[in-house]
Amino acid sequence: MAERHPRSDALEARLAACRQGLAQERAGAWVTRARHEAEQRLRALGLPGPRDEYWRFTRPDLLTAPEPATAEPFETDEPPVFDEIDRLKIVFTDGRFDPRASDDISEAGEGIEIVTLLEAGESDLHWAQEHYGRLEAAGQQPVPRPLAALNTACARNGVLIRVTGKVSRPVSLIYRHYQPQSDAMLHHLVLLEEGAALTLLENGPGAARFNTVLEVNAADGARFDHVRAQGRDHARIAVTHIFARLGCESGFSSFTLTANGRMTRNEAVVTLAGDDSTAHLAGAALGDGADTPFHHDDTVFVVHGAERCESRQVFKKVLRNGAVGVFQGKILVKQGAQKTDGYQMSQALMLDGDSQFLAKPELEIYADDVACSHGSTTGAIDEEALFYLRSRGIPRRQAENLLVLAFLDAAVEEIRDEAIANDIRDRLRGWVERRG
Amino acid sequence: MAPAPHQGFRHVMDEQDNGRVGTKAAGPGQDANKETKEMLEIRNLHVELEEEGKEILKGVDLSLPGGAVHAIMGPNGSGKSTLSYVLAGREGYAVTKGSITLDGTDILELEPEERAARGLFLAFQYPVEIPGVSNMTFLRTAVNAQRKLRGEPELSAADFLKLVREKAKALKIDAEMLKRPVNMGFSGGEKKRNEILQMAVLEPRLCVLDETDSGLDVDAMKLVAEGVNALRSPERSFLVITHYQRLLNHITPDMVHIMADGRIIRTGGPELALEVENNGYAGLLEEVA
Ligand SMILES: Nc1ncnc2c1ncn2[C@@H]1O[C@H](COP(=O)(O)OP(=O)(O)O)[C@@H](O)[C@H]1O
Ligand SMILES: [Mg+2]
Repeated sequence: MAERHPRSDALEARLAACRQGLAQERAGAWVTRARHEAEQRLRALGLPGPRDEYWRFTRPDLLTAPEPATAEPFETDEPPVFDEIDRLKIVFTDGRFDPRASDDISEAGEGIEIVTLLEAGESDLHWAQEHYGRLEAAGQQPVPRPLAALNTACARNGVLIRVTGKVSRPVSLIYRHYQPQSDAMLHHLVLLEEGAALTLLENGPGAARFNTVLEVNAADGARFDHVRAQGRDHARIAVTHIFARLGCESGFSSFTLTANGRMTRNEAVVTLAGDDSTAHLAGAALGDGADTPFHHDDTVFVVHGAERCESRQVFKKVLRNGAVGVFQGKILVKQGAQKTDGYQMSQALMLDGDSQFLAKPELEIYADDVACSHGSTTGAIDEEALFYLRSRGIPRRQAENLLVLAFLDAAVEEIRDEAIANDIRDRLRGWVERRG
Repeated sequence: MAPAPHQGFRHVMDEQDNGRVGTKAAGPGQDANKETKEMLEIRNLHVELEEEGKEILKGVDLSLPGGAVHAIMGPNGSGKSTLSYVLAGREGYAVTKGSITLDGTDILELEPEERAARGLFLAFQYPVEIPGVSNMTFLRTAVNAQRKLRGEPELSAADFLKLVREKAKALKIDAEMLKRPVNMGFSGGEKKRNEILQMAVLEPRLCVLDETDSGLDVDAMKLVAEGVNALRSPERSFLVITHYQRLLNHITPDMVHIMADGRIIRTGGPELALEVENNGYAGLLEEVA
């Protein structure tokens, strides 16, 4: 790493602000150690700066400033996403675990064990100690993710989930946001043992500024499906990180829905470490920069480290009124990762001429028997299709909405559970149609 | 074309007799403004391509009475598709002179969806593929949007399904095709049959068919012709654009118009189509020159 002295003051200021919350906590040795190591990683990396290779399209200052910018919570009378889905609810309000609003996590059911980081951290010995922060640390190579290290160093809570069986009822993390100045970090860990399965849902903005890390370690034959909706607060700022490691014949999927948000950076680092594993990542973002700026960044890194693995990235953004979309996606195929099937698609639909889509698709391949493809497109509404729909009596606005939803649907299709996918579809339809 | 706000459209609808707008309406003869009993009246229509300023239609005159089937034939590039697009309200064309009235109402200022709600339907020469929108969703949205624009209640899901199934069966369109995205991966023949299905479901009063026969084998063409013939009624008119005479063996027109270089150069009975079949367009073009 290059020296980053000019940024070290900012780093110390950011760390000091984060540590305020931690000072009063009693933390066991393993958590303290994990935090300490993360802090050292962070010092070595430095905070992200505008000249860093993966921060050229997204200014990090809103994320690195010691204090968060104000963000008013979004008022709506629509029912929250996933309301109709039977799930185990775990509620965090401005980053604080809210046991009264949550289901009883000690009774999570067969094949699953859930504990909050805060509680687990009180003991000196815990199953999570071998895993907590490890995938984040490993994910710092070859591309640094300093804000993830910051999270491990400072997050005071989160959930630690150990899955030993096939769990059918999803675990649902609900992130409420009330305080206009809340600055929250949560760090979650999901450990899936051999053949285990879990669906994890996340929804809500979380805080005025929200930093999350989700580490997923899937053993052989395990299955992990993740669907999240990032809330609708206009001014909120979020940086999220997924670090996943997949064993043989395991399956992973992650879908993110974003509407609104002044700044969103969603990072994912997924390593296909065992043969015959699959990883699907998808995102649908709907951004309107009219009243509040909208900046949405998907930064994805998929590493094929084993044979016959399949990865898919499908990211779609609909942008209008000066909204900015960023996609940085890489497929790295390591030596020996033969028969890799890698696919990456990022597309932006621009509803006017003011918006911007910045894409950096990358392939890096060190194996000779692989099939990898990637594509990135930016386009406007298809006028031919629009006229065809209108010629059948569908008014312009409604026809446009149909085309917008059709465009996003290729990402929504990546959600495996039909009921959850339809919930997301209904939500999107409502948002698209209510506009104007 | 300036988009007309919907409210404005409702206004227009209110001012006119409400009988004329519905699909099963009694059509001609009810409008005080009407000068003729024609359903469609095209007068001295001049159309330029908006971007190039090139004139494509150079004074088209055509009258289509209610319940009639007229054919337009003409060599490639004579302006047949341009006419059909201008009728349907596609952007990119400037009408520099002339008028088009549907049941006595000037439609040139209307949005494509408003024309559709008044009963105009264009079967496209090149039907458009729409990824991500299922044929079924498309049809249901179209039916209900038209009903809404006409102030009619939406069709229930069950009634709609029944309607589509029945019409699809007659055109040999299977359920799988209805689930697929609009025209995606359809063969040429499937696309054309899909146009006729839309027409059958939407029950327009003025059907413009732009080379619906081209690219079809004989069986597919018969299906299409049957679909059209099933819809023939005293309240419904057809403008059948075709390059070849063979479709007209199955759909017998009342009149045939020959179009060349942006004008109707001859109008006659069905025998005119045979003349074209036997002698080609060359002879006709020379006569005019
Ligand atoms: N969008 C366009 N851009 C350029 N030329 C066009 C366009 N549309 C039509 N034309 C020209 O206008 C003429 C008439 O075309 P068209 O209406 O498609 O004829 P037809 O349907 O009779 O074959 C042709 O010379 C064609 O090249
Ligand atoms: Mg044509």
